Amino acid sequence: MRMTSVRPLRPPPAQEPPSLHLRAMDNLAYIRDTMEAAGSFTAVSGWGMVAIGVLSVGVAITGGRQGSPAAELNTWLAWAVLSPLVMIWAMVRKARAARMPLLSGPGRKFVLSFSPPMFVGAVLTLVLFRAGFLEAVPGVWLLLYGTAVVAGGAFSVKIVPVMGLCFMGAGVISLFLPTVWNPWIMGAAFGGLHIAFGIAIARRHGG
Amino acid sequence: MAKHGAARDDSRAHGSLRGTALRGTPPKKSEALDRLIHERLRLGIVSALAVNESLSFSDLKKLMSTTDGNLSVHARKLEEAEYIACTKSFEGRMPKTQYKLTATGRRALERYLDHMEALIRATRDR
Repeated sequence: MRMTSVRPLRPPPAQEPPSLHLRAMDNLAYIRDTMEAAGSFTAVSGWGMVAIGVLSVGVAITGGRQGSPAAELNTWLAWAVLSPLVMIWAMVRKARAARMPLLSGPGRKFVLSFSPPMFVGAVLTLVLFRAGFLEAVPGVWLLLYGTAVVAGGAFSVKIVPVMGLCFMGAGVISLFLPTVWNPWIMGAAFGGLHIAFGIAIARRHGG
Repeated sequence: MAKHGAARDDSRAHGSLRGTALRGTPPKKSEALDRLIHERLRLGIVSALAVNESLSFSDLKKLMSTTDGNLSVHARKLEEAEYIACTKSFEGRMPKTQYKLTATGRRALERYLDHMEALIRATRDR
């Protein structure tokens, strides 16, 4: 008598199913990847920009009362040191709230594109200071900050490069208008544009 | 991104954490895994909408690399649960469907994230 081989109805699994925490990590990675691919997450903090804008208005008012261009430049240099710290703090808070890594794909690209024009701006400031051509500093700052925002904004939400273009426009205006206008243009651009675009970013893109 | 079967897991839309339920101890409501957004495509829709004010049907289709039918089935489930809101309009002669995440949907995603993080923490603490 011939007997057929007995096979289990359900063959044992070839390998252990992935553990719960691995699945959870995979799900979190999927959420993060989707958010990044959706391209609208911006680590740029709208409220951070509003804070910088308010700070800029204050600096424009006090800087204008300094009397000499060099003293005014010093006030703005202090602002230039303080503002990135405010923005980094606001960005870290926003990324934590959204549970997104700050230097994820788009965030890293933003930093890499934003930094070179800012570095050029710092070098040119030194060159212009040594040449005693301080009148050109506001225009150069606005132009290069705008360039940095446009370059970095290519990897962020659409409103960010638009803001950069506005700064570039303000820089061009500043370079071609009489220098007495410079404090006003600096205040309007670094103050007004940051506050206006900051509120828009905060309302549309989660803080 | 893998394409997803449209009609899977219909019966579990608002179910509880399956593993816990099978062990006979019903989970607390706060601990329940939201099966509605646990499904990959729906999780993708909610995640994409969480970082956009709104997205059109074609934007979502491109993002999720899925078919019209598949996306509309999953989007409808989310809409029925009031996780997303849908508005239909015309752009010239072309119909346009726009999706937006609701406050309920955002809370559901936050709960889901909490749940996933709790799972990871629990394993690490062991």
